[in-house]
Amino acid sequence: MNTHSSFNKDLLIALAGLAILVAIPFFSPGRVALDFVIRLAAFGLFATSLNILVGYGGMVSFGHAMFFGGGAYAFGLLMQKGGASIPVAILGAILFCALLGFVIGAICVRLKEIYFSFLTLAFQMLIHSIIITWTSLTGGDQGLMGGIPRVWGSLNLADVHTLYWFSCVLGVVCLFLMRTILQSPFGYTLRMVRDNADRAQFLGINVWRVRLYAFILASCFAGIGGVIMALFVSGAYPEFSYWTMSGEAVFMIMMGGLHTFIGPVVGAGLLMVFNDIITRTTEYHGLALGIIVLFFALGLKRGMTDFVVQIYQSLSRKGARS
Amino acid sequence: MDPTALFECLSSISCIVTQTSTGLIVGALLFLVAAGLTLIFGVLGVINFSHGSFYMLGAYIALSAYRLTDSYLLAALIAGLGVGLFSLVFERFFMRRVYNADVLLQLLVCYAFILILDDAVKIIWGHEFQSMGMPAAFQTPPLFIGGGIVPVFYVFMMSAAGVIGAIMWYVLTRTRIGKIVRAAAHNPTMTSVLGLNTTWIYAGVFVFGGALAGLAGALAAPVRSMSAGMGFSILIESFIVTVIGGMGSVSGALVGALLIGLVRSFGSIGFPLFVEGIMFIAMALILVLKPSGLLGKEQR
Repeated sequence: MNTHSSFNKDLLIALAGLAILVAIPFFSPGRVALDFVIRLAAFGLFATSLNILVGYGGMVSFGHAMFFGGGAYAFGLLMQKGGASIPVAILGAILFCALLGFVIGAICVRLKEIYFSFLTLAFQMLIHSIIITWTSLTGGDQGLMGGIPRVWGSLNLADVHTLYWFSCVLGVVCLFLMRTILQSPFGYTLRMVRDNADRAQFLGINVWRVRLYAFILASCFAGIGGVIMALFVSGAYPEFSYWTMSGEAVFMIMMGGLHTFIGPVVGAGLLMVFNDIITRTTEYHGLALGIIVLFFALGLKRGMTDFVVQIYQSLSRKGARS
Repeated sequence: MDPTALFECLSSISCIVTQTSTGLIVGALLFLVAAGLTLIFGVLGVINFSHGSFYMLGAYIALSAYRLTDSYLLAALIAGLGVGLFSLVFERFFMRRVYNADVLLQLLVCYAFILILDDAVKIIWGHEFQSMGMPAAFQTPPLFIGGGIVPVFYVFMMSAAGVIGAIMWYVLTRTRIGKIVRAAAHNPTMTSVLGLNTTWIYAGVFVFGGALAGLAGALAAPVRSMSAGMGFSILIESFIVTVIGGMGSVSGALVGALLIGLVRSFGSIGFPLFVEGIMFIAMALILVLKPSGLLGKEQR
């Protein structure tokens, strides 16, 4: 009963969110808002998928960008060289990420947390250097040039408005799927494994398998984020799978808050705003971003949505007392 | 992929000598960086993700110190001390605050420092590639061993790493300081109950590990070109070294470093594109077959 009503509630929230997003172009018809939301869909999915691992699974991956980049490249190559249609290429990209996640996850998920972080980072550097060196397939450090044919039947995703609708729907549907998975028995098993893996094992849960499933799921959704990004820039670049991208994703979920489902999306939006401001004001992007990261990690120690939840809770407690 | 080139090389002594010496200096650098990384992990239980940036900082400090003092040995010393001092600041004011926090926060603090140091290097030393050139003291004709060419500086690098390794081994296993450090690694609560200040033991280990990375940077300065971000690839490689050797084991770091160094130098002849892949496959095999590493203790 309870899960059923929360499913309905999530569905309502998702539809409301979609309605708001659909309304945005009518109030702000310029390209700025549209571009921002399209990129937010990509990075929001990327960050939320990472939070499946970090927030719900207790596995701090520092290499999640390999799936973001992997999805983008798989999609781009299937479209460009394979001549696949858009839905086939998206499915192909998801399959590719699932396979990659399976292979890398099978090696990584059995490890202790800090080992896990470093190992995922190391594998990401392997993927990155494969992209750089396999020039004949990936275009090397130039990236996947020549554009992706973004047309499927009457769906022309080269048009920014169409791409906007497409990204919004894809983003909201994926967020809703992730939410549903995390609220399912599997999601609660994952939380239990995070909180006490030994006890979960005693109860007969195969800890390794639960973690691996979560890893594969997170890889797939990160890959969809990469697909949206590839559609947006009409190409794919090695930076998509560079370690700084993973670092940014970790920062996104920390800044947004890992204890709220929507936190990572908030964090993604905030970081995008920060990045835009930094790039406009200084050429030393890393220095400025590093100081912001230190401020959040050492000063605030919690994400923005955690603050909101705290304030809300303390207010409702006061209300209950009076 | 060119396996015949590798066989040709393996059948000539001069080629073997040249490649082995290249492999050994790569191994020496990796050993110094990985030893600091593994020591910090063994005692403090944290991984310093910005360790590669310390190496980079060491190389750049050595460059400036060499230009100022014109003495390479002095420059290397200054680099070691300078990075050690920087590690002290890093540990006392930043890293210490997240020892007991989530891995996520440790990761973010290191991530922030990698970004900041990369940009700081660009601001201080410029965007272009820098190179120190061979110091005057080492501009002597190379040695010829069995027809292979070995620069004198290579011999110096190897002996420097060897001496540092020997000193580390002696201090850690044969002295009172070593005992205290091992005790702090094994059971920090008990160690502090016995009246030893674990806070300063931690700081000391961190500073020592940082100084090793700085020294490695100084040793690399004459033979490598420098750029912001140069620390990142060595960070990944020294991590692979510590996984192969066993996390927390200094002797394991030595074995792993020499292994990776030789694989790199011989692999670059036979299969240049797959060298990295081979390192990763080796690491994955170790992780699956013996997760504690070749010389590491079983994880508790």
